[in-house]
Amino acid sequence: MSDFLSESFFHNFNIQENIQEETGNLVSYIKGNVINPIFPDFPMELGTVLAMLVCAGIFVAVVPLLPLVLVLAERKVAARFQNRTGPMRVGPWGTLQTLADGIKLIFKEDFIPQQGDKLLFRLAPYIMFACSFAVFAAIPFGQNILVSDFNIGIFYIMAISSVIVMGVIMAGWSSNSKWSLLGSLRSAAQIVSYEIPLGLSILTVIMLVESLGMREIVENQSGGIFTWLIFRTPFTFIAFFVFFISAIAEVNRTPFDLPEAESEIVAGFHTEYSGMRFALFFIAEYANMFAVSAIGVTLFLGGYEGILPGYDFLGGLPGFVLKTLGLVFVMMWLRWTLPRLRVDQLMNLCWKYFIPISFFNILGTGIWGLIFKDDDVWSMGISCAIIYVCLIGVYAVAGRNLARRPEPQTSSA
Amino acid sequence: MTPEEIYKNLSDKFGDSILGLDTELAGDASINITPSAIAEVCQYLSENGSLAFDSLMCLSGLDLGVKEEEFSVVYHLYAMQHRHSVVLKTSVPKTDPHLPTVAHIWKTADWHEREAYDLYGIVFEGHADLRRILLPDDWEGYPLRKDYKEPDFYRGMRVPY
Amino acid sequence: METTQQTESKMIELKPFTDEMVVNMGPQHPSTHGVLRLELRLDGEVVREAIPHIGYLHRCFEKHSENLSYPQIIPFTDRMDYVAAMNQNWGFCLAVEKLMAADEKKDFAVPERAEYLRVLICELNRIASHLLSFGTYGMDLGAFTPFLYAFRDRERLLLLFEKVCGARLTYNYIRIGGVSEIIPMEPGSIDEQDFLDEIEGFLDYFEPKIDEYNDLLTSNSIFSERTMGVAVMSAEMALSYGATGPNLRGSGVDWDLRRDEPYSIYDRFDYEVPVAKDIPELGAVVGDCWSRYKVRMDEMRQSVCIVRQILAEGLPDGPVMADMKAVRPPKGEIYFRSEAPRGELGFYIVSDGTPKPVRVKGRSPCFSALSALQELSRGLMVADIIAIIGSIDIVMGEVDR
Repeated sequence: MSDFLSESFFHNFNIQENIQEETGNLVSYIKGNVINPIFPDFPMELGTVLAMLVCAGIFVAVVPLLPLVLVLAERKVAARFQNRTGPMRVGPWGTLQTLADGIKLIFKEDFIPQQGDKLLFRLAPYIMFACSFAVFAAIPFGQNILVSDFNIGIFYIMAISSVIVMGVIMAGWSSNSKWSLLGSLRSAAQIVSYEIPLGLSILTVIMLVESLGMREIVENQSGGIFTWLIFRTPFTFIAFFVFFISAIAEVNRTPFDLPEAESEIVAGFHTEYSGMRFALFFIAEYANMFAVSAIGVTLFLGGYEGILPGYDFLGGLPGFVLKTLGLVFVMMWLRWTLPRLRVDQLMNLCWKYFIPISFFNILGTGIWGLIFKDDDVWSMGISCAIIYVCLIGVYAVAGRNLARRPEPQTSSA
Repeated sequence: MTPEEIYKNLSDKFGDSILGLDTELAGDASINITPSAIAEVCQYLSENGSLAFDSLMCLSGLDLGVKEEEFSVVYHLYAMQHRHSVVLKTSVPKTDPHLPTVAHIWKTADWHEREAYDLYGIVFEGHADLRRILLPDDWEGYPLRKDYKEPDFYRGMRVPY
Repeated sequence: METTQQTESKMIELKPFTDEMVVNMGPQHPSTHGVLRLELRLDGEVVREAIPHIGYLHRCFEKHSENLSYPQIIPFTDRMDYVAAMNQNWGFCLAVEKLMAADEKKDFAVPERAEYLRVLICELNRIASHLLSFGTYGMDLGAFTPFLYAFRDRERLLLLFEKVCGARLTYNYIRIGGVSEIIPMEPGSIDEQDFLDEIEGFLDYFEPKIDEYNDLLTSNSIFSERTMGVAVMSAEMALSYGATGPNLRGSGVDWDLRRDEPYSIYDRFDYEVPVAKDIPELGAVVGDCWSRYKVRMDEMRQSVCIVRQILAEGLPDGPVMADMKAVRPPKGEIYFRSEAPRGELGFYIVSDGTPKPVRVKGRSPCFSALSALQELSRGLMVADIIAIIGSIDIVMGEVDR
């Protein structure tokens, strides 16, 4: 079976060989520069394991801080949008508010419904939590800041993030509450549906790069802003928006936050959760948000590569984080501006618009690849020109219509 | 149309069922009707072109005192088209208060009749869903009756606290 | 041969169906505007039947009223529609005043200054009420920000109300025969001028904000998708269910008590009545959630217009309370309705000539409008129920009384 896979399906990427060869990731960096000089007598395999443990330690320590920051950012951003100041009391400018909230949640009663499925109820938050953090293993934060550069990186991310829906369904089912069940089923339908345009949009990128490895995708965009995949062809430009909107739907945020629509189904799948388990869902949500933004940046916005070629400050980490936070900010912006879609409208958007558009993108990207064999100045110039003209056209046709204010209606009498 | 004209119109049509026009007291004049005829009268009022009472503004039960023998049910009707209103009043004996429903003529009567049933115990015959509406389903007695004494306990909770 | 036929017929019989799921929405629910309980019979997400159960906020208004004198009832009317308490005060006072005026023996009239103050303060209260309705409607549909925008502006109105009567929510300001003088405002004094200037300042600030709200929510395409063409209430249905006020005008019936049966001094002002119309290019149908919502948005503008006219005229001099010894209406009965923000607020009062009424019935607009919910929601989705409840703008305090 594995032979079949490695020979036919993944004939370009032999998994075994690649693991042996890989040098540029965090594990090998730590192994080469930290572990080997300190413990020169270590057997090589043990050194690898040790390096992996160190990496895991770094991620376990650092990544959960992200939601902590993001929750605070979300509250501050929301406050800005709403003429408020947001949390101000705990710490300077309220910066320790999330920490205080976290401590509060830890000390709260851990409530498990009497009639619920207790095992699944306990398990669900961990599944969600684990999956949303496992995604970070394949995200290249910087040139050497990558836990594991597998040759099927993006495929792995898609697979792992699909498991999240399992956690949601388990949570909804085991709560033995109708609202939770309704929420989790909405979520299942939504995530499964939006996975399709998401995957198809990613496919356009893979077609251009001809690789599934995250690092290879990034290195393909190293020639400055116009080599970023979003500008490479007009079709990837569309694909980026399809990807981003689908990603918002994947992480259940407004306008697609139907699974946890508090005004309709109370809190959806986590209605019955309290204390630390609820916090885990919360952390997972924000980790997801960061993860999909990071994937978007990696695939379309040049990853850790800079706007100008040859940028190499701290392995590109600051640029990467900035770009990702930019996308996260857009998500927050949308959340605090837009109302929520209805379930059937959500499905309409996916099946009637995004999936056909995605197929069109794939077709277009394929044809583009046939016309422009190499990515050179010409192809990029033409691509950017088409994008520019199309944007102007769309604005001229639809922009004014969309922004029109309905007239006040008064009686004819 | 004034209440007098409507009264004349109704008594021509329904004869003895229309008991009289009450104009003595201050405020609105009301047309008294026998309870059994109320549904027919209302049907006529809503369908007749020159009357066209298309909205029931208010339907209230009424208990004027412990000594009275009867409850009253008061209908305030309004016609959007002709911009006239009328007050219908009907009295049902306290021992067996029942009269036909008008919920099939104006749908808003559905809840108003339920309220009158809830608070006065007036039974509207033919009402599809005559349940208590404001009070709990297992409440005993009808609070707006003048002889109502509040219970000491409701499900083990002291009521007058 | 036979067996294949049997299997074929069996295959036809297999229809996809789901078990009916009965869900309780409320009484504790974020968007039932109080404590409404809906018994939802769901087929998946589709609502087969939504049966409202009310009464969780029943505070025996009518029973209390029978044991209180007329002025003592006014604070209870505050607690009916606590969002537009000024209008509730006024509705009750109007009914009692009309009954008192029916007494030939006494000469009774509400002073001019009080009438102006009443219209001024009630129109501002209408704006405050519609602002709350706008904000919560946005929140019901998932947009949180409009809610806080609305509350930001409502706050300024509440401060104004606090200035005239000392309370922010339950005012007890409008009394039988005039308005309260707890915080005195001498005619022509600096206090009065300050108050009017502050209102003027608010109006100047507020009017452009209506456009901002429209940009934020009304013209939002997701909002339109959610509300346009949803739960269409025809004019006949609205009349039959006794839906009034913005709900009736949202169904295309050109009817406003302030204009059509003018009470107080409404006939002196020049304003228009917003009535919903079909907007085919947007997709709005008369009687849908969007139309009901839009009528409220436009009504705020008209209230601003009325208040501006009062400010231009200035408050007349004179007392704010009628000269009367006691509130003792003659023997008789009255039904009087006034245009509250949520529709026609009627009070049916039966008096036997004593200081206490025999019967007070509050005919609340929300009570009647809510009864239409069951028919409106049939066959829609769970999310639409929320949209309907928000668009008919109920306040449970008024429904349950």
